[in-house]
Amino acid sequence: MSHDNSKPLMRFLLLFSRQGKLRLQKWFTPMSDREKKKIIRDMTTMVLARQPRSCNFLHWKDLKIIYKRYASLYFCLAIESQENELLALEVIHRYVELLDKYFGNVCELDIIFNFEKAYFILDEFLMGGEIQETSKQVVNRCIESSDMLQETMEEYMSKPAF
Amino acid sequence: MSPSVPLQEMIRAIRSARTQCEERGVIQRECAAIRAQFRQVDNGARSHNLAKLLYVHMLGYPAHFGQMECVRMIASPRYSEKRVGYLGAMMLLDEKQDASLLITNSIKNDLSHSNQYVQSLALCTLACMGSAEMCRDLAPEIDRLLRASNSYIKKKAALCAVHIVRKVQDLGELFAPAARSLLSEKNHGVLHGAVVLITELCERNPETLERFRKTVPDLVQIMKGLVISGYSPEHDVAGISDPFLQVRILRLLRILGRNNEAASDAMNDLLAQVATNTDSTKTVGNAVLYETVLTVLDIKSESGLRVLAVNILGRFLLNNDRNIRYIAMTSLQRIVGTDHNAVQRHRGTIVDCLKDQDASVKRRALELSLALVSASNIRSMMKELLLFLSSCPPELRAQAASGIFYAAERYAPSQRWHIDTILHVLTTAGGDVRDETVPNLIQLITNASELHCYTVHKLYRALLNDISQQSLVQVACWCIGEYGDLLLRGECQETEPAQVTEDDVLDALETVLQSHMSSPATRGFALTATMKLSTRILDNVDVIHVGYEFSSALSLKLQQRAVEYNALFRKYDHMRAAVLERMPVIEKNSPGHTNGESAGEPMKEIQPPKVKQGEPLLPQQPANQVCDLLGLLGGSEEPLQPSPAPGLSLNTASTAGGDLLDLLGGLEPTPPAPVTVYEKDGVTLTLSCEKQSDSVLTVTLTASNSTDSDMSSFTLQAAVPKSVQLHMKAPSGDFLPARGAAKVTQMVVLNNPNKVNLKMRIRVSYTSQGSAFQDTVQIDSFPGLSAAGH
Repeated sequence: MSHDNSKPLMRFLLLFSRQGKLRLQKWFTPMSDREKKKIIRDMTTMVLARQPRSCNFLHWKDLKIIYKRYASLYFCLAIESQENELLALEVIHRYVELLDKYFGNVCELDIIFNFEKAYFILDEFLMGGEIQETSKQVVNRCIESSDMLQETMEEYMSKPAF
Repeated sequence: MSPSVPLQEMIRAIRSARTQCEERGVIQRECAAIRAQFRQVDNGARSHNLAKLLYVHMLGYPAHFGQMECVRMIASPRYSEKRVGYLGAMMLLDEKQDASLLITNSIKNDLSHSNQYVQSLALCTLACMGSAEMCRDLAPEIDRLLRASNSYIKKKAALCAVHIVRKVQDLGELFAPAARSLLSEKNHGVLHGAVVLITELCERNPETLERFRKTVPDLVQIMKGLVISGYSPEHDVAGISDPFLQVRILRLLRILGRNNEAASDAMNDLLAQVATNTDSTKTVGNAVLYETVLTVLDIKSESGLRVLAVNILGRFLLNNDRNIRYIAMTSLQRIVGTDHNAVQRHRGTIVDCLKDQDASVKRRALELSLALVSASNIRSMMKELLLFLSSCPPELRAQAASGIFYAAERYAPSQRWHIDTILHVLTTAGGDVRDETVPNLIQLITNASELHCYTVHKLYRALLNDISQQSLVQVACWCIGEYGDLLLRGECQETEPAQVTEDDVLDALETVLQSHMSSPATRGFALTATMKLSTRILDNVDVIHVGYEFSSALSLKLQQRAVEYNALFRKYDHMRAAVLERMPVIEKNSPGHTNGESAGEPMKEIQPPKVKQGEPLLPQQPANQVCDLLGLLGGSEEPLQPSPAPGLSLNTASTAGGDLLDLLGGLEPTPPAPVTVYEKDGVTLTLSCEKQSDSVLTVTLTASNSTDSDMSSFTLQAAVPKSVQLHMKAPSGDFLPARGAAKVTQMVVLNNPNKVNLKMRIRVSYTSQGSAFQDTVQIDSFPGLSAAGH
């Protein structure tokens, strides 16, 4: 069992539109800006080229790419080659559910105009490339509480609302 | 939470830009404003500005000037600012940036903040981009949090610890005890984090793995609880209770049970239970089943459990969801070696998947089907594979074709079946087969001597049908050339009788020769076949005609061949029958012999191409020696054409055997070693020569200077007998440095058409230490030539 094997379950998560515009990027291992740009290019090209009824799994370098389209957004998750693809699909689905609960019938515009919230939610669900919280309700509650904290602090500072 | 208006206004402005240029303009303005804001000391809108910058960054624009702002924001007492600051740090800073170290202190402080959401930010950021240094620094703090905090923090601390261990392996030991105790927590988030941490520790350190094997019963208990417990609203996903945790535990069990009988036994029942009880109607259930199967196949499980696992995979193959079919195939692929019989039971389903719509599933089905071919199922499998080949996507054809060939070679029930199979592949996918298919097939055909008649009939018919598949056409031409007489004979016990006339055959070959679809190599085959037919059939007037046409063909090889064939008809007609005799059975050779090379070309191609156009080539060897040649070479496609090797013409028949070997050794007669012809006063002159043709000889003179002083103006002059023509090429130089530091070479080309006794007188002249020197040497014998100078 070589320690080189040990990597997080997930390598990166990308959200992009059907035109290939990036809406969210989360990198779970350190990478240079150049590498990131290349990966984004490769992923958008590969995924957007897929036929409508193909299977949701792709091979790319030493990773498995799990992608799924929800309305106008593609969710693209890269996992290590020995990981469970079906579970990765569940991870994507769980994230979509969390966004949906938070924004109420989430659509791409929500994620564009409130991208930082999308990140905050993600950071309650995943961490360091692993799943952090398996309960939907717990994640939702935490996000609400954090938001409350932010608001009360804002009130405290007696600044106008955003 | 109310949205950030300034941020959203900016986003709107950017999105309404109609061109890239306009967008750049908006962004430049915004960034300038943001920069200005950053410079202000106290600014209530700081978090908005940074958020704006992060948006701009996501569009792909540079944002490094925001790094320091992140550091400042993280240090702010306001939660809203910390939140965006930490987000910015995760997006703009990574462990390679120096600025990242500056946040270590803030993180350390925030880890002990009174508010858990602030602690959470610090933990999250550390787990995201903490460098090894930061990890070392903060590890004790994380350990503390692992032991004494609420569930919310514990679960985050656990994943933080995972990150730390990945960055600094030795710190694993630090977290092991805390990890162990976390297994008794009830909170699923904490449990999940604990399992991930333990998995990480076990994967890194075999000793730790040993210690954690003791936790198998605890893990089994937890799993049981999840599997048989009632509905839990917190964790239910389509009827499965916390599938994420289940999968993670199964993964850990796999690592603990691997190569260990006791641990594998302890989890056997549980795995059977999960495998049977998990609802497989939804993806989530299948995710758990999949992980279970992977675990069962990886540990030392009972055979009954293994069969159960493979059967689950078999069921997956029938699932409507193509994702499930796909992963079933990949898993079966992994175990087809170890659990071959179990996988064979599902062969039917796998073969059906060859017809699947999805390209990925098709590819997997192909690989798996090829792996499942055996002596007992070869006929039925090949039927399916050939069917697949005729309709498979183009990117899979080469793989399918080579897989089929390999399988056919290993398990062919008969030679005729083998030949038929290869022919089928060539007809359907001839363009996608590898180069060595042609010689391999030819070799196979020659070996099946009873089938020559059958084969040539089949190939002839295939040729009439379609001349676009080059490999097929090449093999067909070769066969027609070789076995044309059998073709003309008419009946053949295996195929329907067909009346083929000589004209038919010649026409077929002519069509190939003239077609624009035929490659030069294919034309070569057709030409040679036509020539061969001249000895197998009766009328051969047309045959000569065809050859003549090609003596002005554009392809050099074709031209050469045509000219040589013409010669065979003219000057060497008495040799023709022998040269074009039927080929003996070709031995299958190891690669590196002709089979490995592109042996579609006749032997001639690998001879030194030193033939001048129009010059007749001399067949040196009588017919029986042709066969010997073949025996020695083992695997040439053509009888050895008269070789252009120069040395042969000057030798008598008694040395033919030796020359044969010379011919074979390296395919190019190696020039004999240089001979010293002059050695005086420190000047050494060596001579080597190389025959270019039967009258032309290239002589290379090499001079070196072994004295302690340099020689300049070094020249060589040569004289030869009257009838010999001499041509001195430019010397390499005229300066010979001392102590043999460099040499001077002089090439001399001699043409001795009258074959007189070859002699050469050489005058050496040079200047050394201010004085001129001159000397003469006569050369009576040349290395490589017999004493008679021929």
